[in-house]
Amino acid sequence: MNGTIQAPTLEYAQLAPMLVVFGAAIVGVLVEAFAPRYLRSAIHVPITLLSLAGAFALTIWQVVKGVPTKPAAMGAVAVDGPSLFIWGTILVLAFVSVLLINDEDHFVAAAAAVPGSAEEEQALHEGAGHTEVYPLVLFAVGGMLLFPASNDLLVMFVALEVMSLPLYLLCGLARRRRLLSQEAAVKYFLLGAFSSAFFLYGTALLYGYAGSIDLAKISSALGVVGGQETLLYIGVAMLGVGLLFKIGAAPFQAWKPDVYQGAPTPITALMASGTLVAAFGALLRVFWVALGGLDWNWSPVLWAVAILTMVVGAILAITQTDIKRMLAYSSIAHGGFLLVGVVATGAAAGQNSKALSAILFYLVAYGFTTVGAFAVVTMVRDAGGEAWHLSRWAGLGKRSPLLAGIFAFFLLAFAGIPLTSGFFGKYAVFQAAVAGGATPLVIVGVVASAVAAFFYVRVIVLMFFSDPAADGPSVVLPSRGTAAVVGVAVLATVFLGVFPQPVLHLAQNAAQSLFIR
Amino acid sequence: MPWLSILMGVSVLGALGVTLVRNDKLAKQFTLGVSLIVLALAIAMAVQFSPNGDKFQFTEKYDWIPALGVHYAVGVDGIALVLILLSVVLVPIVVLASWHDAEAGKRSVRTYFSLMLVLEAMMIGVFASTDVFLFYVFFEAMLIPMYFMIGSYGGAQRSYAAVKFLLYSLFGGLLMLVAVIALYTIAGKGTFMFPDLVGTIQDVNTQKWLFLGFFIAFAIKAPLWPFHTWLPDAAAQAPAGAAVLLVGVLDKVGTYGMLRFCLELFPDASKFFTPMVITLSVIGIVYGAIVAIGQTDMKRLIAYTSVSHFGFIALGVFAMTTNAGAGATLYMVNHGFSTGALFLIAGFLIQRRGSQFIADYGGVQKVAPVLAGTFLVAGLSSLSLPGLSTFVSEFMVLVGTYEKYLVPAAIATTGVILAAIYILWMYQRTMNGPTAESVKHLPDLNAREKWVVAPLIALLLVFGFYPKPLLDVIHPAVKNTLSSVPATDPAPAVQVAKEAQ
Repeated sequence: MNGTIQAPTLEYAQLAPMLVVFGAAIVGVLVEAFAPRYLRSAIHVPITLLSLAGAFALTIWQVVKGVPTKPAAMGAVAVDGPSLFIWGTILVLAFVSVLLINDEDHFVAAAAAVPGSAEEEQALHEGAGHTEVYPLVLFAVGGMLLFPASNDLLVMFVALEVMSLPLYLLCGLARRRRLLSQEAAVKYFLLGAFSSAFFLYGTALLYGYAGSIDLAKISSALGVVGGQETLLYIGVAMLGVGLLFKIGAAPFQAWKPDVYQGAPTPITALMASGTLVAAFGALLRVFWVALGGLDWNWSPVLWAVAILTMVVGAILAITQTDIKRMLAYSSIAHGGFLLVGVVATGAAAGQNSKALSAILFYLVAYGFTTVGAFAVVTMVRDAGGEAWHLSRWAGLGKRSPLLAGIFAFFLLAFAGIPLTSGFFGKYAVFQAAVAGGATPLVIVGVVASAVAAFFYVRVIVLMFFSDPAADGPSVVLPSRGTAAVVGVAVLATVFLGVFPQPVLHLAQNAAQSLFIR
Repeated sequence: MPWLSILMGVSVLGALGVTLVRNDKLAKQFTLGVSLIVLALAIAMAVQFSPNGDKFQFTEKYDWIPALGVHYAVGVDGIALVLILLSVVLVPIVVLASWHDAEAGKRSVRTYFSLMLVLEAMMIGVFASTDVFLFYVFFEAMLIPMYFMIGSYGGAQRSYAAVKFLLYSLFGGLLMLVAVIALYTIAGKGTFMFPDLVGTIQDVNTQKWLFLGFFIAFAIKAPLWPFHTWLPDAAAQAPAGAAVLLVGVLDKVGTYGMLRFCLELFPDASKFFTPMVITLSVIGIVYGAIVAIGQTDMKRLIAYTSVSHFGFIALGVFAMTTNAGAGATLYMVNHGFSTGALFLIAGFLIQRRGSQFIADYGGVQKVAPVLAGTFLVAGLSSLSLPGLSTFVSEFMVLVGTYEKYLVPAAIATTGVILAAIYILWMYQRTMNGPTAESVKHLPDLNAREKWVVAPLIALLLVFGFYPKPLLDVIHPAVKNTLSSVPATDPAPAVQVAKEAQ
């Protein structure tokens, strides 16, 4: 022992997608520091898009080369089948969201200026902008990649923070309805910090129980370590709170409507798709890899949470009058449906991989439809920006039938009507749940779906069956970016609704190896 | 030849084609043309059907989603064949009848006719599916075109009616989804093919739960009392053409599903629940008829008569005798024609006067004799006058039920008498008596409208006197279905027929 420190072995190839994204984010920060203002946006956009595309290519390369069977980076990061599938999904969704972010002036000119003040006026006049949005997004995406792949709780916590901190900032940068946006950012930050603390405390207690923060070691400590059950149960509960908060499961859903409403819509799209995917990946990993042997204890709790989430999401959505709040509650309800899949785990590996592949497919299907729906929201505007109040959407079907038709199609996909991607997502999850013996949960699920169908259909009624208001909102001509986003989302929703086989197959393959330990 | 796929393909391509046509008039002619081609193709297919051949004919089977055991598998037996024929006959008639419906809504004419062709493809698909999952997909997806047809082109309360229609059906469908998933899981065959699933569920308790999942969906769809409350709203608010397709075809999916899926997949549960279903049916027959008598709105009245008629159909299905089953199937077809004629002619009348209320009419027969005459024939077919095809089917249902269930048959028979009251009283109030001031100048049916009504009346008369071609196709299929239950006909009480031989 001569005091030398052993350098850790790092499998750079396996970590490459994350490294690319984080590297590009750092380059972005440097651009912010050194490039002249008028050039920044022109440099950021290609860097961001290229890095996401490159990371995606590296992910594919990883799959082609063969999925690793051992955790990387000294057991800290697990690049396994589900991780790679989730990475691919997040990267594509992030790419699409960046196209939306790039698109229009969604962001505030000077975040530091008091809303409505002369300084703000001046900043607007000068055409100032916050181009640091791009590196922030990249950091958040990097965090999303690490979050579901972390194989020990401390790395997971770091990933959680890397993912969340930029999002807190981004939420406060909306150009219009700025007070609402700032309120959203503060709320998200305070509640998020609170839940992070829960997560961290849970980690500490689990360490106290198992003597390790490694997921696999916690798993093997279950049942072996005696007399410390109190630490274990409280730790698991606190960890659960932290993770369920990020998903927006009831009773930790309160932040979602406020944040989705206040955040700039492209950021909402990123959160509603990417963050949800990442958080579900992390939840699954923790509960299966570390706590799989404890499912007698957490399974009933998750049943209750799933039921509560579906019911709260579906019922509260009915009373919403703001389109983004409605979509937020819809996202809560969908989180509940996904939790049905999480509950559908069984002791047998076959059942586990079935449930896992169902969830993976659902996440892809839901992610694309969500980004598409928010993209449409950015296009319907009146004098004060986006036409957020639902009543303003009346008669949109007459004014611009194509856009209203597309939005109606997305809503039908959310409602899970056959021949849309949403149907197969819901079907796969429910089927896994029935096979896993959770039939009562599925019945609650279909009842909640029926309730949810009501508020989706209500928007269709507004758009198509009501007469337009005289001073109704106008639909802006989409830029190339937005048009591409909507196009991709429509194609994905149709394709996954008619030929789900390729993606289902991919999800099954990814889930076959399960999470590695 | 993949006949069934061709039928659906032509309809779907037609639907796409309509949206590309720039001129509204051309779009209507195009739709009519497409629906006539589909009709011709369907007839060409039907003549090749051999009633005593394989159970399912014109079958096609391709893997659709192997990961889920789902196939694109179609094929028809006699029951499905006659219902597909009903659909493809009604569509061109409805297209012609709806010539001016869409303008009234000041909405896109092309969309309306495009939706109609999409619906046609789905109606063919839902009856032709031999894969339970595919059936479910069509069952749910066909709600959407109908929802838009009611919601965009209907009457004053259209959006309320459309939402109510959609949510009721969707709710039933979702319950069925649970049953479909459970069926797949419990059967453990890894496939959704209907023939492979028959007989896989042995446990009676499981059967009962799954039966309820399917049955409630079908009972809402049909609709059976007490699940019927959406129908009067939807039918009254829908444009006449859409109402015909809704009541004439879409609702038949419910009774068809009971016959095809409930009986064959869950035979023991079907027998267990027979008393319940027969009770609901008989209540529906009498209740629908009595409520129909009290209606002041013509379209609602016709909708309630359908509630009564669907009671007869469900009664025939669950009596589980060959006569009743064949009668119920024939009833599904005849009811499509007779109610279709009633809705369309009532629609013509309503379009002329601008009111659905019976009280706004009177003495129309003097100013529009052809309209009144055809309305009377359609009405008489609804009350099952001998000589019209509905009589044959209603009689078969009652006889078939009587063989096993005397009391329900006796109560159901009162439905026939009540039918005479609601139809003739409506006719009397609208067509006879002194001519109301507001209808003095109503024009009679024009050439287009006569072309709409003529084929329906002709079909009602032809099959009234000579139902054999339909029954020849239906009988073996129903026998086959009941044999897999298995349900046997009770021996005749009087042995005269045998002795005479």
